[in-house]
Amino acid sequence: MPEAQGLWPKALYEMKIAVCIKQVVTREWQLRVNDSKTWIRDQDAAWEPNEPDAYALEEALRLKEKHGGDVIVVSAGPARVQQAIRDALARGADRALHIEDDRLAAADAFAVAEALAAALKDEQVDLILTGLQSDDQGFASVGVILAEKLGLPHATIIMDVQIDPSAGTGALRVKRELEAGWFQWVAMPLPAVLTIQSGINQLRYATLKGIMAAKKKEIKKLAGPASIAGKQEVVSVYFPEKGKKTQMIAGSAAEAAAELVRKLREDARVI
Amino acid sequence: MAWGLGPRLILVVAEQRDGALNRASWEAIAAAQQSGEPVKVVVAGDGVSAIASDLASADVAEVIALEDNALAMYTPDGFVAALEALIAAEQPSLVFFAHTYQTRDFAPKLAARVDRALIVDVTAVKGSGAGSAFVRPIFQGKLSADVKPKGPAPHFISFQIGAYRADAVKKGAGAPVRQVAASVDASAIRQKPEAPFKEAKQAVDLSQAERIVAVGRGIKGQEHLAVAEGLANALGAEIAASRPICDAGWLPMDRQIGSSGQTVAPKLYVALGISGAIQHLVGMKGSRTIVAINKDPEAPIFEIADYGIEGDLFEIVPAMVAELAK
Repeated sequence: MPEAQGLWPKALYEMKIAVCIKQVVTREWQLRVNDSKTWIRDQDAAWEPNEPDAYALEEALRLKEKHGGDVIVVSAGPARVQQAIRDALARGADRALHIEDDRLAAADAFAVAEALAAALKDEQVDLILTGLQSDDQGFASVGVILAEKLGLPHATIIMDVQIDPSAGTGALRVKRELEAGWFQWVAMPLPAVLTIQSGINQLRYATLKGIMAAKKKEIKKLAGPASIAGKQEVVSVYFPEKGKKTQMIAGSAAEAAAELVRKLREDARVI
Repeated sequence: MAWGLGPRLILVVAEQRDGALNRASWEAIAAAQQSGEPVKVVVAGDGVSAIASDLASADVAEVIALEDNALAMYTPDGFVAALEALIAAEQPSLVFFAHTYQTRDFAPKLAARVDRALIVDVTAVKGSGAGSAFVRPIFQGKLSADVKPKGPAPHFISFQIGAYRADAVKKGAGAPVRQVAASVDASAIRQKPEAPFKEAKQAVDLSQAERIVAVGRGIKGQEHLAVAEGLANALGAEIAASRPICDAGWLPMDRQIGSSGQTVAPKLYVALGISGAIQHLVGMKGSRTIVAINKDPEAPIFEIADYGIEGDLFEIVPAMVAELAK
């Protein structure tokens, strides 16, 4: 296991929290596959911050309000990613690191985690948060791989974060979501990496004052790694075949509703 | 011998908690058996011989009970240490998992530790042997990707819950069970877990409902829930929701359907403005008749629906209520 370097020790009361965020295509954007059928046609896509990461940012801002300190936003990707970074700064993050590299736009979890680890290794952070997965690739792996690369402990799918700097190896106590309504508290030392479950908190909106303040905040640009060595190759991307024979019902709202009710009564016999 | 140069072998990592096997482990075993390659199963813990015997009913080469006091409760540090050593000893070409929350918690760390490829949430395998491509959903299931691992074996693969059938596991004459002492350094485990617990008993047991009307992001705001409730009343249905609706606090968490909520299989499931992310589908795809109403024709919910209407739920639902009143 790699040794944690440059991350410990430091004064704990003022928390320095990094939040790793991703920019993804909006839910409304009609997906189109590119000519080589290996990714989407992203040159004309609309973009937004990855929603699960917004919960991680909100949790970081709440921890800062409670304990004091700084929130640093970190994102890897092309120039467009700055829009997501500005949004996070407007909500209250203090400064940002942008690993600006077109090759990281659709990179796999290993490549992204490696780039994030390089950006964070000298930052002396107490805590790193990220969303539990991205809405595009959905690896749910970057945070965990990042922890391993930095030599830090981690926990995933977190629904509550408690910090007690005096508790030493149990300074961080988190509530993990298990499946089927089960939960579990886990304690560990700081610094650590957490992936945050959506719904852990209620998101704040950026205020006009926050948007104005964000313009003056620092976004430090970093170069991506010399070589990006992913561990998977996307052979092809396509719309899934429909597994079940779906009867699509056409017509006006009234016509479609009438036909659906008839089918539910007479064919499916479920009402 | 370098990894991947020996004979092909699939090692399936089964999952247990407090002596109970996670059912999805059978699905990962079924996926491994369908490859036609030799399969071993490992279950890690402390005192897991009963589970290992249970797993030995599958037609596999061997079941390994990987045991240590430090594995009594799951921790990512402990499980990665134990499995790293076992993988070095067994030299599998593939390591299979069910894509459970626990797998998500440690499999990426294990793959990073040994610096090998990990492909998660796989729904199907195309081809066989070293040239296999693994199919996984991207963009919340709106697209599929065929993915190949890069670099030397072993390659780590997690399978989406429900992608393979547990009852498709071929049973055998009783596989040999081998106890392996994991010798984990307990002092190196940084996570200190407490006992798992359930929140206060859920007020609503949706699993007993005969009909369910479920709402997703398409409902747009809490003030519009009355539209869905009107339909639920007309159908004699319970109201439910996808995760984002409960995250936003528009409906209580105990109305949530999906991997982090309840699993249901009613006679009728009406999905209003639900796109159909896999986390939702796993909680409702066993429903007998599924109706989807969504303005996005590419919404994955239409792939599993029996009846679909592409359109504005705010026009269609009131029309349904009027029709049901006739």
